[in-house]
Amino acid sequence: MRSTLLAGALLAFATATSVHAQAIKLADVAELSGGGATVGTNWKNGIDLAIEEINAKGGVLGRKLEVTHADSQSNPGVARAQVQKALDAEPYVLLGPGYSGSVKVTAPLAAEAGIAQIMGGEAAELTQAGNKFLFRTSFGQQSSMPKVAKYIHDEMKAKTVAVVWVNNDFGRGGRDVVVKELDRLGSKVVADLSTEAGQADFAADVGKIKAANPDAVFVYLNEEESARILKELKRQGVTAPLMGETTLIGQKVIELAGDAANGARGHVGLTTDAPVDLIKSFRDKFAKKYNYVPDHNGLKGYLAVYMVKATTEKMGKVDSKAFADTLHGLTIKAADEPGILMDVTFSDTGDIDRQSFLVEVVEGKQVVKQVLPKVK
Amino acid sequence: MSNLFDLLVAGLATGAIYALVAVGFTLLWQTSQTINFAQGEFVMLPAFLMLAAMHAGAPFWLAIILGILLSMLLLGLAFKMLLVDPMMRHGVLPLAIATMALAIGLKEAVKQFFSAEASPFPSIVPTGDISILGHAVSLQSIGVLAVAIVAVFGLTALLNRTSLGHQMQAAAQNPTVARIIGVPVERMILLTFLINAFLVALASLLITPIYLAKFSSGEVLGQAAFIAAIVGGFNQVRGAIAGGLLIGVLDNLAAAYVSTQYRAAVPMIFLIAVILFRPQGLLGRAEERTV
Repeated sequence: MRSTLLAGALLAFATATSVHAQAIKLADVAELSGGGATVGTNWKNGIDLAIEEINAKGGVLGRKLEVTHADSQSNPGVARAQVQKALDAEPYVLLGPGYSGSVKVTAPLAAEAGIAQIMGGEAAELTQAGNKFLFRTSFGQQSSMPKVAKYIHDEMKAKTVAVVWVNNDFGRGGRDVVVKELDRLGSKVVADLSTEAGQADFAADVGKIKAANPDAVFVYLNEEESARILKELKRQGVTAPLMGETTLIGQKVIELAGDAANGARGHVGLTTDAPVDLIKSFRDKFAKKYNYVPDHNGLKGYLAVYMVKATTEKMGKVDSKAFADTLHGLTIKAADEPGILMDVTFSDTGDIDRQSFLVEVVEGKQVVKQVLPKVK
Repeated sequence: MSNLFDLLVAGLATGAIYALVAVGFTLLWQTSQTINFAQGEFVMLPAFLMLAAMHAGAPFWLAIILGILLSMLLLGLAFKMLLVDPMMRHGVLPLAIATMALAIGLKEAVKQFFSAEASPFPSIVPTGDISILGHAVSLQSIGVLAVAIVAVFGLTALLNRTSLGHQMQAAAQNPTVARIIGVPVERMILLTFLINAFLVALASLLITPIYLAKFSSGEVLGQAAFIAAIVGGFNQVRGAIAGGLLIGVLDNLAAAYVSTQYRAAVPMIFLIAVILFRPQGLLGRAEERTV
């Protein structure tokens, strides 16, 4: 009898110890191949770097973090299947995907499972569907476009603006917000040009911009198309200042467009060139580990993991059901959690409020010209 | 009016590249009844060969020469010997389907071995403007147009003014009689494949700085060149040239004055009209084959 009791006590102790030491499991679904490979690979590397750092310092509440990476192949259909598979393994939090289209089709699955999803998508509509489990790592268009419109009106002093956008969820979402804001501020949209995803020839579109003779041009296309239109704008000698978002002045666009990218300006929520010490330190650590300088997607992946850490430590327990409620309305200060890089506040819809940057391409390099403060 | 002038110049520059590709299309059809549905991918590949040479350390001028030579070897000689010759015995349709398979294979291979992402490609023409009739016209447009025109005139002179060209025409018009009078028909057919490979490599060199080097960039070009060849007349080199220029201009005008979404539809509608009302093409002749 005594030996049975002793065995039972030992078993209970062993179980308790193993629960205590059990790793916190995260699942990542990202664009590791296909058209979004740059996005997904940066995102994944950012996650791995953050987890390595956190684990080296003893993990979260004494438990290590573990992550599994799955490839969405940049395809929303595959993303949905991979997310379902990941959710079946009951992760603590789901990370990714990066493409808005993939987020749109996977968000209902995570919500149904009651698992918080921290993703990289930027389309305005993602956080407007009442999903209580979805969180951004960067600005949605409803946060960034008003800043863009204000800059065009106040700083560029543009009375007339040509708006060029790509005809998909991403482009239409951004175009709708910016046109509304420009109108509200009193800048007139003199050319409203929709273009197609994958479009190769922009001669006619640039011809129309030239004919409209605007004070400024707002370009909102994907990276490759941005590079093509920048070259065509230079080819046809358009001299009006160019304004866009991350997709106009990103590192890939500068590489593709060469000289034609010089002078283009863009509002950027996250950039590794930001004049912020913690971001510079992140950039150095990332470059040392992976031998290349990350883009903003590397930052997003890194931040996603630190969001998990800060929220869990705020709760004081690992509780996937209470995670989303805790993160809503939470402000995380960089002074308390350096991994979050900049002070950030999460709204009830999962949107973020954070300072952002106005960047100009000067001699092939992004130069931060202005720091735009948090809205609240 | 200024806008129209810009659109015409840009359209002619793109159209000149379509013309180069379309001429190759008609040459292959004339001499060997090959309908090459991989013609667009043939334009995509040389840019990657040149990029590979540059990555290996070759300067741009050497990469261009190597790219053109490798294209003639792969897209000319190897294409004829490994795909066209064995498939030709089974008829025109199996060969056409085989070229479709080749197009998919080339795209996937570039995606696999190079990247799915676009890469920048240097331009042989410097950026800048010159003034023509009071309009600022980009040097790039003029350069593209000039190179394409020189290539097309060179080819026309080769076909019409030289003994080699006459032999090629003879081989195309009546291979049996040509053989009897001592024309090396097989060699003439091979020559057209090499010329086609040279033309697509040239088109690649001109268009890639604008479209960027990407595995999928041949899709648009192949379709445009095919339409240009049919519109102009599949059996006439001059028809392919006219068709290329016309489609280039039409495409740009459609994007500007109709809608960007429907720009691809306008050349298609034009193609249907040509097939209905002038099936031999605008400059083609019914039931005749000449190069």
